[in-house]
Amino acid sequence: MKLNERSLAFYATCDTPADNTGFLYKKGGRHAAYHRRWFVLRGNMLFYFEDAASREPVGVIILEGCTVELVEAAEEFAFAVRFAGSRARTYVLAAESQAAMEGWVKALSRASFDYLRLVVRELEQQLAAVRAGGGPPPARRPRALPSKENGCAVWSAETPAASTPVRANPGSRPGPEPPPLPPRRRASAPNGPLDSASFAQLHEWYGQEIRALRSQWLSSQAQP
Amino acid sequence: MRYNEKELQALSRQPAEMAAELGMRGPKKGSVVKRRLVKLVVNFLFYFRTDEAEPIGALLLEHCRVAQEEPSGFSISFLEDPERKYHFECCSEEQCQEWMAALRRASYEFMRRSLIFYRNEIQKMTGKDPLEQFGISEEARFQLSSLKA
Repeated sequence: MKLNERSLAFYATCDTPADNTGFLYKKGGRHAAYHRRWFVLRGNMLFYFEDAASREPVGVIILEGCTVELVEAAEEFAFAVRFAGSRARTYVLAAESQAAMEGWVKALSRASFDYLRLVVRELEQQLAAVRAGGGPPPARRPRALPSKENGCAVWSAETPAASTPVRANPGSRPGPEPPPLPPRRRASAPNGPLDSASFAQLHEWYGQEIRALRSQWLSSQAQP
Repeated sequence: MRYNEKELQALSRQPAEMAAELGMRGPKKGSVVKRRLVKLVVNFLFYFRTDEAEPIGALLLEHCRVAQEEPSGFSISFLEDPERKYHFECCSEEQCQEWMAALRRASYEFMRRSLIFYRNEIQKMTGKDPLEQFGISEEARFQLSSLKA
């Protein structure tokens, strides 16, 4: 299967902080030796490098659908990343301390996209409940629509028409209040599109500006 | 780069967020549009020949840019090479908008930011950290400080 490996390599080595990093021993195969590798966890992808200074990963373990367990092994502080399926490979890894092992087992067992999505949906519902159940919401500054040159902004009909200039602060604390959620929310279908109307729109708005800035910056970098 | 292909294949068989037959054109110069079954599962976009069960390929959707391409189409490109685009043709503007919205939400990074946003909002309104019930309130990846521009 083709995979966008070059993009993967960039994702593996980008500047944003990784979710976990450290040296682990990785067993080569069922009867193979352990190799010490530098591991970088980003999202649901566990990259491994020859060493911490390597520019490109040796490989990646896609973690979606895995279970993580402690194992009995000759190596101390060993654990396994297992997948379902008859001919699925089990990755046996060993940390260099008890604490490191526990940290990795915790991080890896919660690394799946599916898990994160579940938590996000739960919080989304909690927020809707809090907003619906609490007293009158505090007076909120209506969110402005971005100017046309930022590209098409997708807003629902519920957004207040009043436009007040809003400072863009992508990447820092979410500042001004987002538009109110639509009054009735249908339950998301299992594996259906994430119905996070307010955050998605907020992200879209910031995202358009960031994308425009990024492509400007990238094209300025492209001139040799 | 080595990767666990079997697991990726298994993932391609999971229930999809979105799936449709679209026109697809690869990033290489001179590539032609082909009909493909395109399937979005977690943060991967799989593409199949319309009569085959195994995907031809997959795109990891992290650090990607989804842009509208006239008419009723969109492209996916990646941060390190924004001119290298995978083109997709939809049958309607509506389908195009639906796909673009779904793809923009389909990254782990987007999920993470959503989580931080909701956590922050709930905390502001209730004074309580909703992540405590999950036992993940201390994780570095969910702190506001981990957000970078």
